[in-house]
Amino acid sequence: MLVAGCRGSLLLALAALLVAALPLFASNYHLQLASTALVAAMFALSLQLLVGGAGMVSLGHAAFFGIGAYAIHLLPAGISVALTLPAAMALAAIAALAVGALSLRTRGFFFLMTTLAFGQMLFFVFHDTPLGGGKDGVFITRPALELFGLAWEIPRRQRAAAMLWINLGLLAAMYVGLALLMRTLFGRALLGIRGNEDRMRALGYDTRAVKLAAFVLAGALAGLAGHCQAMTEAFVTPEMLAWHHGAEALLMILLGGLGALHGPILGAFAYVGLGEASTLITERQRLVEGLVILAVVLALPRGLAGIGRGWRR
Amino acid sequence: MDLSGLLAQLLNGLQYGLLLFLISSGLTLIFGVMGVINLAHGSLFMIGAYAAFVITGWTGALWLALPAALAGGALFGALLERGLFRHFYRREHLDQVLLTFALILLFEEARSALLGNDFHSVAVPALLDFSVPVTPDFAYSAYRLAVLGVCVLAALLMFLGLERTRLGSAVRAAAEKPEMVELLGLDARRIHMAVFALGTALAMLAGALAAPLQSVYPNMGDGFLIISFVVVVVGGVGSVAGAFWGALLIGLVDTLGKAYLPEVAGLAVYVLMAGVLLWRPAGLFAPARG
Amino acid sequence: MTALAAEGLTRRFGGLTAVDSVSLTLSIGELHAVIGPNGAGKSTLVNLLAGELRPSAGRILLGGEDVTTWPTWRRARRGIGRSFQRTNLLRDMSAHENARLAAQAAGFGPARWLRDAGRDAASLAEAARVLERVGLLGRADAVAGTLSHGELRLLEIAMALANRPAVLLLDEPLAGMGPEESEPVGALLRDLARDHALLLIEHDMDVVFAVADRVTVMVDGRVLEHGVPTAIRASAAVRDAYLGHGA
Repeated sequence: MLVAGCRGSLLLALAALLVAALPLFASNYHLQLASTALVAAMFALSLQLLVGGAGMVSLGHAAFFGIGAYAIHLLPAGISVALTLPAAMALAAIAALAVGALSLRTRGFFFLMTTLAFGQMLFFVFHDTPLGGGKDGVFITRPALELFGLAWEIPRRQRAAAMLWINLGLLAAMYVGLALLMRTLFGRALLGIRGNEDRMRALGYDTRAVKLAAFVLAGALAGLAGHCQAMTEAFVTPEMLAWHHGAEALLMILLGGLGALHGPILGAFAYVGLGEASTLITERQRLVEGLVILAVVLALPRGLAGIGRGWRR
Repeated sequence: MDLSGLLAQLLNGLQYGLLLFLISSGLTLIFGVMGVINLAHGSLFMIGAYAAFVITGWTGALWLALPAALAGGALFGALLERGLFRHFYRREHLDQVLLTFALILLFEEARSALLGNDFHSVAVPALLDFSVPVTPDFAYSAYRLAVLGVCVLAALLMFLGLERTRLGSAVRAAAEKPEMVELLGLDARRIHMAVFALGTALAMLAGALAAPLQSVYPNMGDGFLIISFVVVVVGGVGSVAGAFWGALLIGLVDTLGKAYLPEVAGLAVYVLMAGVLLWRPAGLFAPARG
Repeated sequence: MTALAAEGLTRRFGGLTAVDSVSLTLSIGELHAVIGPNGAGKSTLVNLLAGELRPSAGRILLGGEDVTTWPTWRRARRGIGRSFQRTNLLRDMSAHENARLAAQAAGFGPARWLRDAGRDAASLAEAARVLERVGLLGRADAVAGTLSHGELRLLEIAMALANRPAVLLLDEPLAGMGPEESEPVGALLRDLARDHALLLIEHDMDVVFAVADRVTVMVDGRVLEHGVPTAIRASAAVRDAYLGHGA
């Protein structure tokens, strides 16, 4: 998985500026849409660490997203985001540690199935038990934006723009953080594992420890994305943990390009954009989704990032 | 603990387990032989159930739906294999996951367009709409016993087929060591189509059998899909015997759990899977790999 | 000094005994070749020594320490370098990156995870050293997927050399090489044996008898004979074994 070089990074920075400038000319509806895409990008990016980074295809990743979102619901009302955000990530990380410790005893197909099963198990916990507050989801009060004693009160009219900037900032931070991580010894080991895990073990790497660490980090980042979703929509639902949600993130990764760290970002925006555009033609969203997936899998194996370039996987 | 209640739950558990076996045996063979992850397997179950709904609606006879599900399933499976899956055997897991996920979406959309999104109940065939006295003070639904019977019959036929016929032995060998197929000069394409056809037919049969028991509704295959995966993990990939015992075990654990420990019922199965992963990650009945 | 000792190693697969009570020792400065007809259990033996397989019976001592239950990666850290019969590299990366990955395994642990990989002088130097030892330094920047077959086999060996393991397990390093390529590699092997305990699995008998200090002959999982090359060459039992199995 390649990280964008100088030119690519410049393009990404420009795109980020463009998004940041949206509140100047876009309607609230489109600002919300952009936030949706940003949160989806965060979620897909967290999964890319596993899939593109280490070759681990997990179908239970949405559970960690949902746990991060529900953290706000579970924590006492009125506390600041300075507490809810790290708490969301911590809760998601703990869940990822438990699931990962068990699932990583398997590989490939088995790993896929066990992550799927555990993810669904967590879905049922929030769907069927009082913990989740109901099958249809629950409204939450947004935590206060308070940091070190400074508080921001955001007037309703400007909320969409504020959320957009916060989400953009967090996505940018996540991307830069992961880009730097891929340059460390840990990151190189991860890529080596993706290429040939048996060889890595023969070289002396404790691959299981590395994979578990990646799994927990990815889980924590998914929790961050979930927390952002809850902040933006002020609503959480068990469907956030459903495995279909995780499969959509996989689609965004493939759509944007498995071989590039910024692939999921492209994919998320393309996916949300396509979804919006298609509502003009039909109400059958599932049909559109299914056809898009078929098109990507059959025709665009390297995703959007691979168009016009000889990216190697 | 009330004995007839226990007996009823045991029978329910066996019946659920056997239906699970029909679905997961196909899943485990398809992965064992061709290395394909088929998430759409649950949708095949759904298609079988809706087929039963439609056929019973037209003809009033559920028993016509069963051979229709079997034959239609075999044909559909062969077509799917030939037209689509054949090109995906060498693709990465990610591609297969997304492709079969797309199939789920498209099947659901087709169902929605053709038959709507409502719950529909399917009548138990009048011939079997009574209760069979099992003990002096407990009677069990005749239809459920019939389902048990059909499943056991299907399982027996499958075992005989795998043990006694040439194609069956080839499938069994291929499930344990896919490389053997080429080495022994067997016709890989025939085997692949047969496996897919068999798996699809069984899943659709299970759906048709289950229709009167649980109604037909959108996404009904999802629950069975995930549990089937648990069965495959517990039983071991490629092992039909493993799928059989794993399915029975899970069917009983789940049913008894829901009956006697409802608070943790949904989790019991996953706890079991966690246990197997800790103790025997390759599955309880995994074929010995060198 | 004995770097590696295997005592009574046995490995069963269901009803089949692939390796049966095999004992051998490897010492630094010595090139120990293991030969035998196909199916003799040589690769299984290497997998047992490397840790990919657990023995059904027997012990393995590495530098005097009992490593029988240790996983592959732990043994590799302790001092076993291994090359694979079928080239097993990261084809998307350059030769240098492959070697660097091998070098960076030393001391790899959570405390060092966040270090910048490109700036780690020690591993960069080690990567250059191993490439140079096998004569691949000139091709360091070539993507592994573009290397010739012979160069790939050399890279396999280079990876095994990283971090100076005491023991080298080389599984058919000459596989697929013609006579022109195998001669310099033979010389390389003799050179490597000077400061490693080298176990060599090979089918090319000329090379084996030219470079080996000791030879163990395996047939049907068991050690048939063991000794110096000239004795093995003269042994009637060995000849029969090969003729009988059509090696």
